[in-house]
Amino acid sequence: MTVVPLQLPRRLLEFTLDGEPTRVPEGSTILDACRAAGKDIPTLCEGDTLTPKNACRVCVVEVEGARTLAPACSRRAEAGMKVSTDSERARTSRKVVLELLASSTDLSTTPRAAEWIKEYEAKPDRFGPDAARVNETPKIDNDLYVRDLDKCILCYKCVDACGDQWQNTFAISVAGRGFDARISTEHAVALPESACVYCGNCIEVCPTGALSFKSEFDMREAGTWDESAQTETTTICAYCGVGCNLTLHVQENEIVKVTSPHDNPVTHGNLCIKGRFGYQHAQQRG
Amino acid sequence: MDLHFGDSEPTDEERAAVDSLLGPATSAWEGAADRSDVDLRWARGGREARERRDLLLPGLHAVNDRVGWISEGALAYLCRRLTVPPAEAYGVATFYAMFALKPRPAKVLHVCTDLACAGNGSAKLCADLEERMGAAGSVSDGVTWQSSPCLGLCERAPAALLLQAGTPSGTAAAQRDPRLRNTGAPALPVGPNETDEPVRAAADAEVTPIRADLGTADAPNGAVVTPPRAHTNGSSAEPALRRQAFAVIAPATVDTLVDAATAPEDAPEEPSAAMAVPQAGQDGLLLLQRVGVVDPFSIDDYRSHGGYNALRTAFDIGPAGVIREVTDSGLLGRGGAAFPTGRKWQATASQPDRPHYLVCNADESEPGTFKDRVIMEGDPFALIEAMTIAGYATGAHVGYLYLRGEYPRALHRLENALTQARLRGFLGDDVLGQGYAFDIEIRRGAGAYICGEETALFNSIEGFRGEPRSKPPFPAEKGLFGKPTAANNVETLINVLPILTMGAEAYAAIGTENSTGPKLFCVSGNVERPGIYELPFGATLGELLDLAGTPTDIKAILLGGAAGGFVRPDERDIPLTFEGTRAAGTTLGSGVVLVMDDTVGLPRTLLRIAEFFRDESCGQCVPCRVGTVRQEEALHRIKDRTGAAASDDVALLREVGQTMRDASICGLGQTAWNAVESAIDRLGAFK
Repeated sequence: MTVVPLQLPRRLLEFTLDGEPTRVPEGSTILDACRAAGKDIPTLCEGDTLTPKNACRVCVVEVEGARTLAPACSRRAEAGMKVSTDSERARTSRKVVLELLASSTDLSTTPRAAEWIKEYEAKPDRFGPDAARVNETPKIDNDLYVRDLDKCILCYKCVDACGDQWQNTFAISVAGRGFDARISTEHAVALPESACVYCGNCIEVCPTGALSFKSEFDMREAGTWDESAQTETTTICAYCGVGCNLTLHVQENEIVKVTSPHDNPVTHGNLCIKGRFGYQHAQQRG
Repeated sequence: MDLHFGDSEPTDEERAAVDSLLGPATSAWEGAADRSDVDLRWARGGREARERRDLLLPGLHAVNDRVGWISEGALAYLCRRLTVPPAEAYGVATFYAMFALKPRPAKVLHVCTDLACAGNGSAKLCADLEERMGAAGSVSDGVTWQSSPCLGLCERAPAALLLQAGTPSGTAAAQRDPRLRNTGAPALPVGPNETDEPVRAAADAEVTPIRADLGTADAPNGAVVTPPRAHTNGSSAEPALRRQAFAVIAPATVDTLVDAATAPEDAPEEPSAAMAVPQAGQDGLLLLQRVGVVDPFSIDDYRSHGGYNALRTAFDIGPAGVIREVTDSGLLGRGGAAFPTGRKWQATASQPDRPHYLVCNADESEPGTFKDRVIMEGDPFALIEAMTIAGYATGAHVGYLYLRGEYPRALHRLENALTQARLRGFLGDDVLGQGYAFDIEIRRGAGAYICGEETALFNSIEGFRGEPRSKPPFPAEKGLFGKPTAANNVETLINVLPILTMGAEAYAAIGTENSTGPKLFCVSGNVERPGIYELPFGATLGELLDLAGTPTDIKAILLGGAAGGFVRPDERDIPLTFEGTRAAGTTLGSGVVLVMDDTVGLPRTLLRIAEFFRDESCGQCVPCRVGTVRQEEALHRIKDRTGAAASDDVALLREVGQTMRDASICGLGQTAWNAVESAIDRLGAFK
């Protein structure tokens, strides 16, 4: 059960969403309003525990009178605003953004990417066989997690989670510019030489699987990763007195991954190296 | 913060470079070589150091300027001094084109291959250079060369800029006083040879790092004021061998380039800024009246030509009066967006949050634009005065002048102008005895077009990657350092001077109803008299072209730079006003008028524009980061095709272009397709 903290009541404001009058609490984003109204807007760089970076632009919607489209994840609803989520312009932009992403990066482990590509009739192949790709090989420089930048869409979530929004470790940043920009440590040194503390909070927020547990990466390579055969059990970490919730992902009686519920008021999805990776003792059965 | 600096140590030279900006390290916590007993008891750095994060970019410049590149040890030392995580500093350093993080020679030759230079033989120049000095990026005789985006020297195309890293004299370091931002007042030490009358004969080669202004045509007395270093220790021990130097070579030939690369000190003098103003000295000019007329090194000369009258008027009518005049004048921003300046100032001035900041956007990088450079080189005090007025009106006590990194001569002259203005009480705690404190700090960009976008510029000054922020909130509410900020272009600011001296009504009578005042146009390409022209708004394109003298065989005219659009040579009747160009389906942008014959050919020109946007995209949002790449690829495929063979790719370009325009975060992505679209629709490219 999640504790819902009491807040001062917020005033409601009214605006038009796809022709329907909609009332949302002041301060809500357009995305909040869409979700409350049961509308499914694709999102990638938006994270429920992070400040919207609005970098991926797959959630753009059309606001009447605005010169450009607005990112639903960060634009706040204003009284009297007229928003259409499904206009021709918004759909075209979402489609092309999906095409641009899928033609330059590997979206094979991005949840729902295939579904959106189908829904928007995106054709990533239209840019031809010579279209430039990110072309990175997985960086395996430690025993805990793998960085496969070929799958990275540069959503900045890992940087924000590592930096001032959660962990305050600042081990990674975006380096370079434009199409050559990459998530990197200083001078691209291996993770063990960097400031990384292996909390794994970057993996927790990664929307594409570019960052993954080594256990998951190895099983995917071996073809044994099977999410449908996994169970999830939420328990409490026993390492210290903070009381973080752990969700153990178990396949064939082995823990393959550990996450934390994002709505948990203690962790907000974040853990430390012990909670996230220190589960081997539970599997010592000999 | 889990700071982790690694084991790399800075060399003595790198340490001296950082210390010349920040002062010597006072404790082992900050990277001082010796640990004292006190260091074992109290930690240093922390919040106090973190609040100096904005010195990261000047620190990177200090190392790059002295050594030529930034090593792991140098970056780690700078990070230690400022309590900045090395990963973040690495992200910042790799953002800028002028910084290298791999060893490279002290001398780097930047050869412009952008639009105006391409029309004037830069391709041949590069080919010849390749023969003499090897391929771009290779090292020969301690020099490397690389092609460069527009260097803002379009009137003298083809152009090149040689930068030599080495030890500086005191000028640059002393100007960048780290305390400036906190106190709102300058803490510039007064040197032994500075009296009330600035010493103008101190132009001794020994103490002058930057040679290009000595004895130039527009400054016959070689006026250079050299304040001493803010911090001198560390510098005495270093071997004083190679001096920092630059040479601007324009128009360039392969011989002059090779000569300049061999001995930058002996390169021929750069012509006076007035050479870029064909109208120089004519009556009736308002913005260019002093360029080529006054000595850009002399505040007295500036004053004897009407300088500082506008500031006195401003003090007479008060801040609200200034804003009223500027609003009534109808002045619209000249940087490209044409936002009403009076409204911007009013919005900033009325914010209760303090402090307020003023930012002058002098990061002129739009291909084909060079007006701000000519003003800053030819009439630098005018900009200082205008910034003071803007600061006064908006309630700011500190102004930041964000200057393009590729403008060393403008930097030198502005630094001199600031020093003189401070000495004479035109800047400082008590400007003109009116009880108003104001000072200006120059911040240099480092080769990133995107930093001309105002919120990217704020991030750049603050020591972060120059990535645009999403708006709202707008700068008037949350700008530089999260405080209310008025950000204006150089040309916009200097328009304030005639507004105050002649009055809003007289100013508004110039031009048209919706575009008031005079406008500067940067005319370059295939014209007889390229340069900056000042015309009242409302003149037609044809009138401007007649002034500049166009050959008969022109094929296209690019208005507004790479982010602008092409028009046909027969569209001479387009009125050069904001509303007139809009009605004609094009844009005035920053005032670029680039005239093209068919030497380069339209498809190649479009490809160059697409390359420019691909190189300059910051990479933050997907439509721009990948879209600019796909745009270039498509243009590459169809560069030799027309008709049906090109139609699929033209359709692709349209869709990608529309998405960049609709879904990109900032103006760069939103305009990256403008020129290509106009070439297809207006000029019939690929038909």
